[in-house]
Amino acid sequence: MLLIRCPYCEEERPELEFRNAGEAHIARSANMAGESDDDFEKFFFIRSNPKGIIYERWRHMHGCARFFNAVRDTVTDRFVMTYKAGEPKPSKLPGVGK
Amino acid sequence: MSGASHRISGAGRFSQAKTARFSFDGQSYAGIEGDTLASALLANGVHLVGRSFKYHRPRGILSAGAEEPNALVEIRRDAARKTPNVRATVQELYDGLEAQSQNRWPSLSFDVGAVNDIASPMFSAGFYYKTFMWPKAAWKSLYEPKIRAAAGLGVSPDQPDPDHYSSRYAHCDVLVLGGGAAGIAAALAAAETGVRVILADEQAEFGGSLRFESGAKIDGQDGFAWAQAAVAKLTAMDNVRVLPRTTAFGYYAQNFVGLVERVSDHLKAPGHDLARERLWQVRAKRVVLASGAIERHMVFADNDRPGIMLAGAARTYLNHYGVAVGRNVGVYTANDSAYAAAIDLKKAGVNVAAIVDLRDNPTGPVIDEARALGIEVNFGRAVIRAGGKLRVSSMTVQPKNGGGERTIPVDAILMSAGWTPSVHLFSQSRGKVAFNDETKRFVPGTYAQDCVSVGACNGTDGLSATVDEAYAAGAKAARDAGAKTAKGTKPKVDASESWSRGMLGAAPGAGPDTTVKAFVDFQNDVTAKDIRQAVHEGMRSIEHVKRFTTNGMATDQGKTSNMHGLAIAAEMLGKPIPEVGLTTFRAPYTPVTFGAIVSHARGPLFDPTRKTAIHPWAEAQGAVFEDVGQWKRAWYFPKAGEDMHAAVDRECVAVRKTAGLFDASTLGKIEVVGPDAAKFMELLYTNPWEKLEPGRCRYGIMLREDGFIYDDGVVGRLAPDRFHVTTTTGGAPRVMNHMEDYLQTEFPHLNVWLTSITEQWAVIAVQGPKSRDIIAPLVEGIDMSDEALPHMSVREGKICGVPTRLFRMSFTGERGFEVNVPADYGQAVWEALWAEGQKHGAAAYGTEAMHVLRAEKGYIIVGQDTDGTVTPNDAGLDWAVGKKKTDFVGIRGMARPDLVAKGRKQLVGLKTKDPKVVLEEGAQIVEDPKQAIPMKMIGHVTSSYWSENCGRSIALALVAGGRDRIGETLYVPMPNGVIEVEVTGMVFFDETGGRLNG
Ligand SMILES: [Zn+2]
Repeated sequence: MLLIRCPYCEEERPELEFRNAGEAHIARSANMAGESDDDFEKFFFIRSNPKGIIYERWRHMHGCARFFNAVRDTVTDRFVMTYKAGEPKPSKLPGVGK
Repeated sequence: MSGASHRISGAGRFSQAKTARFSFDGQSYAGIEGDTLASALLANGVHLVGRSFKYHRPRGILSAGAEEPNALVEIRRDAARKTPNVRATVQELYDGLEAQSQNRWPSLSFDVGAVNDIASPMFSAGFYYKTFMWPKAAWKSLYEPKIRAAAGLGVSPDQPDPDHYSSRYAHCDVLVLGGGAAGIAAALAAAETGVRVILADEQAEFGGSLRFESGAKIDGQDGFAWAQAAVAKLTAMDNVRVLPRTTAFGYYAQNFVGLVERVSDHLKAPGHDLARERLWQVRAKRVVLASGAIERHMVFADNDRPGIMLAGAARTYLNHYGVAVGRNVGVYTANDSAYAAAIDLKKAGVNVAAIVDLRDNPTGPVIDEARALGIEVNFGRAVIRAGGKLRVSSMTVQPKNGGGERTIPVDAILMSAGWTPSVHLFSQSRGKVAFNDETKRFVPGTYAQDCVSVGACNGTDGLSATVDEAYAAGAKAARDAGAKTAKGTKPKVDASESWSRGMLGAAPGAGPDTTVKAFVDFQNDVTAKDIRQAVHEGMRSIEHVKRFTTNGMATDQGKTSNMHGLAIAAEMLGKPIPEVGLTTFRAPYTPVTFGAIVSHARGPLFDPTRKTAIHPWAEAQGAVFEDVGQWKRAWYFPKAGEDMHAAVDRECVAVRKTAGLFDASTLGKIEVVGPDAAKFMELLYTNPWEKLEPGRCRYGIMLREDGFIYDDGVVGRLAPDRFHVTTTTGGAPRVMNHMEDYLQTEFPHLNVWLTSITEQWAVIAVQGPKSRDIIAPLVEGIDMSDEALPHMSVREGKICGVPTRLFRMSFTGERGFEVNVPADYGQAVWEALWAEGQKHGAAAYGTEAMHVLRAEKGYIIVGQDTDGTVTPNDAGLDWAVGKKKTDFVGIRGMARPDLVAKGRKQLVGLKTKDPKVVLEEGAQIVEDPKQAIPMKMIGHVTSSYWSENCGRSIALALVAGGRDRIGETLYVPMPNGVIEVEVTGMVFFDETGGRLNG
């Protein structure tokens, strides 16, 4: 069971309090109705599914119930960091060398 | 002290112990308290304890620990407590223990299944794959049951488990897994700093290999005595938890370790207040792995005869339990450690017929000591075969490069091919093992988690080096976990034994040019020949060899066999061992009972049961309930003599003739509140909301972004900034999650609060021509006239003196109301309404009648008439989509080319040509029933009922281009013939809708 730090509660809590909510930083268009088929396909269906660092959304379902973002390594399942929804994608990650 | 034949007076650690009687296959024996079942059997000279899995070969006891592949027995306490596949080497003896051998018929010494041994060419590697692939249908009906019956590993209990199990979560700074010299030293170092320590070991007593290592001395004491004193000291410390009989079976992410503690399996009469097993889920800042090493057997012809066992095990039986495993033993080895076993046995008065050492000219103190004791020692020789059937009777020795044979009579053979570091938990932690080419063993290489391996599992040889390494690692783990001070002293090793090296793979006489049965994996009956055959047939990766031969796939997970199997495959492939690779170790390390995993979560505690406020009333009325998600819902209310059909027909007719009461409390309810509530509703539902007046309701449809229907429900606007939203019963949690997701992440600028109010309000639907007459006398402060309270409106007021949100709405097509009252008053208000209803002849109706009534009106149920691929247009609900809206969730997905294409499946009604025939839900629909199979299926039935109100059957169906087919005849082929149907509109009753105000 993973330990996940909720950026709102500012506490590390066990995984069973959380629900994964898919890839992060996929913005919904302000002009949704006007999106082309290609753009809609990218928005709704295409996901990066990387081996390594993934940016994803989690919800502290059985805690504060807030959605937030997390950076996780899909190989080790290690959480690199978590941050609040709406904050920009971090440009530098702690402890991840290139 | 028992007078068992092979118990050696003065040997072992239980000389003062009380006798414990037990039985094996009905025969009564005496053992002593402290014995395992295996040591007690051996004390009585019993080696034959089971039959093998595939060939039904007689098998004995191989080991003295958790790695045991052969000595699996059934332990019976009573009719319900029959545990199969218990390792006799792990089961502690108690007075009255009853054990049975497995996998034999009619008896252990005469087993009919042993014919498999003679027919063994049939059962070689890959046999199942090749033989039973065809014909496919025969697999399920013929082959599988026969194979399962013949090749069983014990019999499952046939009654519910009467025992109870417990479960604990624990946190600690340093978790030490393994309580031998290494684990104890590490735990001492960590504990002395004051941090929280847990020390666990799978055995009843701590000490690990100190149980048999007679030459070990620590801090001036015998090694085992030191271990007991050290553990007593640890147990007395407040910051330490010591867990004997506790196996760490799984190492998961972030130092989360699963352990199972055997609480009462060793007790004669465990009281019912005692759990059988306890699951520990431990989160540790640092983990110290001190899991030791497992001895390997020698791979030679007929190496599975009862009486042939690991040398270290024989030594444990002697030095710990005081049992000699034979009177005239042979030793077959490729390393030094077996010499120590021979020496200890010789000193105890057992004749050692000969030591056969595969090595050419080994030297060392143990070899000198063996010679000095007068034991015959042979170098450069191999045991090429064992004699005897139910018990080994001889070993045949030959120079390893060939030459004259010599057969030596023995009643036991002690063997050692060397020791394999137990890297199972390290590997489970996702660490990567590295192959040490010099010592030919896999040891921990790259770590993935905050853990460290010490002692034999780390490839560290010698007690002194082990204690040094473990003590330093324990202290460091404590420091890393936050310890400030250390005030202990390292244990001092005064004397120790040292044995390393050994050999991997098949010994001479069992090489590629032979056809002998030299077992690699005893539990799955895999021989050296099988492994070679797998390579011969094209398996290249060790993972393929494993699956083809099943080597290492039994419940012992190949603890003794993996390295031999790997070496044989590598030799055949002509590749170095690391290139062929080690198979991945997975949890559990040893089998774990379902009971321990499930713990209290069974029976009524398996899943929460949700009951409405009105449930007790329905129960008292004799309602039959159905499960809807976690809810118990009243399905129908049978009167005396009524079956379901009759009850549902009566309930349906009553609603349309007078009125019916229905418990709708399970409907999901969400309050959407705030200055931007209407804007939020506009975005989450297809319908327009801004202009809906307070006090009015609207049927809303929620889509996912892909344009498919996700949920539906009636929404009442209580005030400009307050909506009372209802959802489907099953959809409530996901709709709430969906709303929260959009509110928090896509539309955070909207000032809205969402509150789940499902549990707060009980909902009583009163439907039918008399519904207003039933409700009106109980209501205060609400004008119930059609002008003041038209269809699809909501008012707040009081009913029976308690607050109500009174909806005028209908899911039956009749004049109808849904009375929301605080859940605490649900039953009282229901009873008051019921009393009023009785004056008018109203009936209570359940979910089945509700389904029929709504289908008569063509009202859909999301999840039954839709399946996640149905758009509003497909469902005939275009009218509910706001045409002028510029955005809502699903607006773009709904416009995708495929979703607006012609010929999509659309919801329509179906009437069978024979009105008495009721279609089956899920049945497929075709245009031409005479076409060849497989027919082209153009749709399926989603809902189907007998409608007493219509006097015929009715159905809803999703049919390709359905609305253009109205009036056409289609066909539903069924096993008993083809059913003719006519495509119709979706409304079967009161098409004009006049009854809503009737
Ligand atoms: Zn939180």
